[in-house]
This record gives sequence, C-alpha cells and structure tokens, in this order.
Amino acid sequence: MTKFTYTQKQDTRSGFGAGLAELGRINPDVVALCADLVGSLKMQDFIDENPDRFFQVGIAEANMMGIAAGLTIGGKIPFTGTFANFSTGRVYDQIRQSIAYSGKNVKICASHAGLTLGEDGATHQILEDIGMMKMLPHMTVINPCDYNQTKAATIAIAEHQGPVYLRFGRPKVPIFTPEDQKFEIGKALHLIEGSDVTIFATGHLVWEAIVAEEELAKEGISVEVINIHTIKPLDVEAVLASVSKTGCVVTAEEHQMNGGLGDSIAQTLALHHPAPLEMVAVNDSFGESGTPDELMKKYGIDAENIAKAVRKVLKRK
Amino acid sequence: MSKKNIEELEQIASQVRRDIVRMVHGASSGHPGGSLGCTDFLVALYFNLMERKDHFDPDGKNEDIFFLSNGHISPVWYSVLARAGYFDVAELATFRKINSRLQGHPATEEGLPGIRVASGSLGQGLSVACGAAQAKKLNKDNHLVYILMGDGEIEEGQVWEAAMYAAHHKVDNLIATIDVNGQQIDGPTEEVMSLGDLRAKWEAFGWTVMESEGNDMASIVKSMEEAKTLSGKGKPVMNLMHTEMGYGVDFMVGTHKWHGIAPNDEQLASALSQLNETLGDY
Repeated sequence: MTKFTYTQKQDTRSGFGAGLAELGRINPDVVALCADLVGSLKMQDFIDENPDRFFQVGIAEANMMGIAAGLTIGGKIPFTGTFANFSTGRVYDQIRQSIAYSGKNVKICASHAGLTLGEDGATHQILEDIGMMKMLPHMTVINPCDYNQTKAATIAIAEHQGPVYLRFGRPKVPIFTPEDQKFEIGKALHLIEGSDVTIFATGHLVWEAIVAEEELAKEGISVEVINIHTIKPLDVEAVLASVSKTGCVVTAEEHQMNGGLGDSIAQTLALHHPAPLEMVAVNDSFGESGTPDELMKKYGIDAENIAKAVRKVLKRK
Repeated sequence: MSKKNIEELEQIASQVRRDIVRMVHGASSGHPGGSLGCTDFLVALYFNLMERKDHFDPDGKNEDIFFLSNGHISPVWYSVLARAGYFDVAELATFRKINSRLQGHPATEEGLPGIRVASGSLGQGLSVACGAAQAKKLNKDNHLVYILMGDGEIEEGQVWEAAMYAAHHKVDNLIATIDVNGQQIDGPTEEVMSLGDLRAKWEAFGWTVMESEGNDMASIVKSMEEAKTLSGKGKPVMNLMHTEMGYGVDFMVGTHKWHGIAPNDEQLASALSQLNETLGDY
C-alpha cells in the first residue's frame, strides 16, 4: 500500500490559477470573471494570455453571477472567481435562479473557504458554503485536496455540462497527489486500504486524515482513508462498499457539521447501511482570527481530532 | 419572419390582451396589469423589430434575443411567444397549472421554447442580458440583446451593479427598456420608493437614454428603430418607456390593484367585450 509523503506545500488556489491558465490555452470557450480579487484567486496568467476572455466585474458579486449566466447563452463556459463567502451566501438567490434553476454552465470557483483563510476572521471564513451549494438542484460540488488535484479538477469541470461549485483555499498545504492526474467528477478515491474504520475526508483535511492514519496504525488500528473530492454527486457505491467492510465511519471536513460532507455520509448510511459515525467538523460556530494551524486545533478539525474521533467510533462498533 | 405593419401589430396586440385575461382567469392567478401595459411593446419586438429565427435556438446565435427580467408579466410573454409560433397557442390554457411548461414565472426547466433564463426574483435580468451581449461580441455576432425591466424592479441593487458594468465595459449591443408605469405591488412608486429622475440617473451611470410611449404601436416602432441607431456607439442604451398598467381593459387601467389578481367571470366578460378577437382564441 502506498504511503503518502510530500516534499512541497502549496495553496490550492494556485492550483486553480494553474488549471485556469491551462484551460485558457486549450479551450477557446472558457471565459473568466472576477470581482476585484484577481491576485487572491491567482487569475493573472489567464488574464495575461487571454485579455479578451476576462471580465473584471468590480466589487459586485451578484452582478457577476448574472453576467456569467448570460455568457453561457452563446456557448461560453464562464469561471467566476471570488472568495467562497462572496461566491455563495452573498449571491445565493442569483445562483439559484439565474444559474442552477436555469441550468447554466457556470463554474463558480471559490477561494479562501473555511477557517484557514486565517487572520481575516469570521466575516470571511465561510463554513456553510458546501451545504448551501449541495442543496441546489443541478449543482455539482467539488472540494479537492491539494494543488495538483485542484488544478486537475479545474480542467475537468470545463468538460462537464452544468453548474459546478469548486471550493479551494488560501493556506499552503502538502502536495501529495500526482501531477497531471485525471480528475473524475463523482469518483471517490481510495487512498489507504483498511479494515477497522473508514475515514471519509474532503479538501485539505484528506491530508490530516492521512496523518491520523499513521498515528492510529501504530496503535494497531487499520484505517481506510477515502478522498471524497466530490460531495455532490456523492459516490454512494464507494461509501457503502467501504462501510460494509469496516463497519464504522469518521468524516472530516473544514465546514459546519450541519450541511457538510458528514451530513451527506450520514444520510447515505441511515438510508442504506446504518453504522456508527463520528463527524470531524465545526460544530455550529463561527470562526475567528488566528493562524490556520491554531484555528484547526481550536475548532477541532486537525489530525489529532480525527484520530480521537476514530478511537471514539471504534468503541461504538 | 415577415415584418408586420402597424395595423397588423395592433390586431395581434388585441388578441394577446385577450389571451392574457383569459390565461389569468383560467389559472385564477397571475399578473394582468403589467402584462397588458407591456403588450404593445412585446408584440412590436417579436413581430416587427427583432431579427429572429423562426425556431427556438437556446444559444440565440446570429439573431436578436430578448430577456424578460420582470418575470411576473409572463402571461404577455407566453402569449406573444405562442402567437409568434414558438409553441402551440393551445398550450396557453395550461398557464400556472400542474405539469405545465408555462410556469407562474418564466423558467427553462420544463423546456418552454423562447425562454433562455429563469426570471421572477427581480433585479437579475440586466446582468444576464449584459453577459449575453458580451457573448455575442466574443462570437462576432452583430445582433442585439433586448431586455425589459419593471420600474419598481430597479429598486433592487443588482440593477445598478449591472448599470455600472454595462457602461464600463461598453456593452453597446444592449437595448434595455424600463416599463415606467409608476406602480408596484404596494402602490404608486412615488409612495413606495421614489425613483427620482430616471433619465438623470441612467445618464449619470453612462448610458444613452431615450424616452418613449409604450401604448402606441406606431410610436413604439419609431422609438425602437431610433434605439437601434443609438446602439453600437460605445454606450448601452436605456429606453424609458411610459405605459399604463392594465392598458386596454378600462377597469384595470392605471392602478396597482390589478398587479397580481385574476378577474372573475363577470370581469372577464367585460374585459373581453373591450378586446377584438383577431386571431382566434386558444
């Protein structure tokens, strides 16, 4: 079994920027919009190479979602870029009516998701975005785990017909998945095989799950780690196959417990294969200013907390 | 499509008004007031002004396209689309009923020909129209994008985001119209939320502004031909169109009371007695 290591850390938003630049070179229908956060979203390469296919919208996210919906009429594939907070909560009705209900081929690309944007604090640390987006009919929700996977996901969603929410972040996190991987929407990835418990993790918490697995292995616990990069549509088959083998589950995500990946897994288990479940997520709370590491520890979403949840769920088996 | 002359347009408008009151009566719900007020404008657009394909092309490439942002006046749009041949007029009888493609507010979900984006939650259409106009530019398509909004609707902040955007990005293949009927659900706009000097506001946002009379067919066609000549000059075009809500049915004219209610049997009979059946009822 592969054990995962890394030599480099990078922010997932840079993976998005690299993927978007690549799309600019290979797909003439791809256009990009940004609401005054070009630097934060790493969109400059795309803009330099394709100035005519970039639309600066200014600080007007509601308008950006409508413009993007309109650009699809005539065959363009718009990628919108702003922070996750302003990509979802601020513009929920615009996304709901002009994009999701209208079946528009818009890719909503959202950076600075979750607590780990850090020092800016709770006004910007959205922890409800996955929930809001997954509730919308027609919406695909993707939360890749590292730079390489974010780049691959960015390229892959251009080929998918329909609205997509792509979530990534600001902190530098380990790069442990292959360069130039093929990204398959909706296909869970088995990273580590195990028999006692399954950890379903999403986003950069996948790395935390890998770290937790190493610790737990020393205690003789056999942990299966699965990367759920696509929260909707959920790979139900993979979830059920794994839980049938291990019999208990821990979920891990940088999101509210309400409405996140854990919620989706809980629903799947309750409907098809009831099993003990512990959720590592933020528990009905806003965030606060701090460093990413401090925040992950304080809000209980780091490797140590994942390991604790595993020990707890095993006792409930 | 052959262009209809003024007399023909007026005859179509009379039938569309009959369709509107019959649809709203049949569903016992809907929005007759704004629909009747904008009938002449939509008829002129679809049967004279727009260069459009006979069949519905969702991408609207190489043709003029229209967006209705104030989606609650769906009855007038549905009737015009049906009368223009996008779908069978018999389908108008399904308006607002279960399993219908004619939803209360316009939607793409059921695949009704003629609709390119859902509307109803107000203030979103101008943004969509700007995006579609920019897609036309990218596609080197020289056709125009038309959009209609309500005057109450521009109380929504997103409209002004789009207004700023369209001027900044020189979206000059866009002709926007505001239905200035001075009414909204809770009463006259002057009482609910004064709109102030609309011309000055849109000019200050960088638009070319013109005004027109929206319940006189000859005047609409003339004004919109003028609007076309104003396009392509580096600025978006705003047509402030003065209409009377409920125009064509005497007891519905000029009041917000018929914004969103249906006529009863007696009121329907009275309305129909004022409107000639020119093309045959559905």
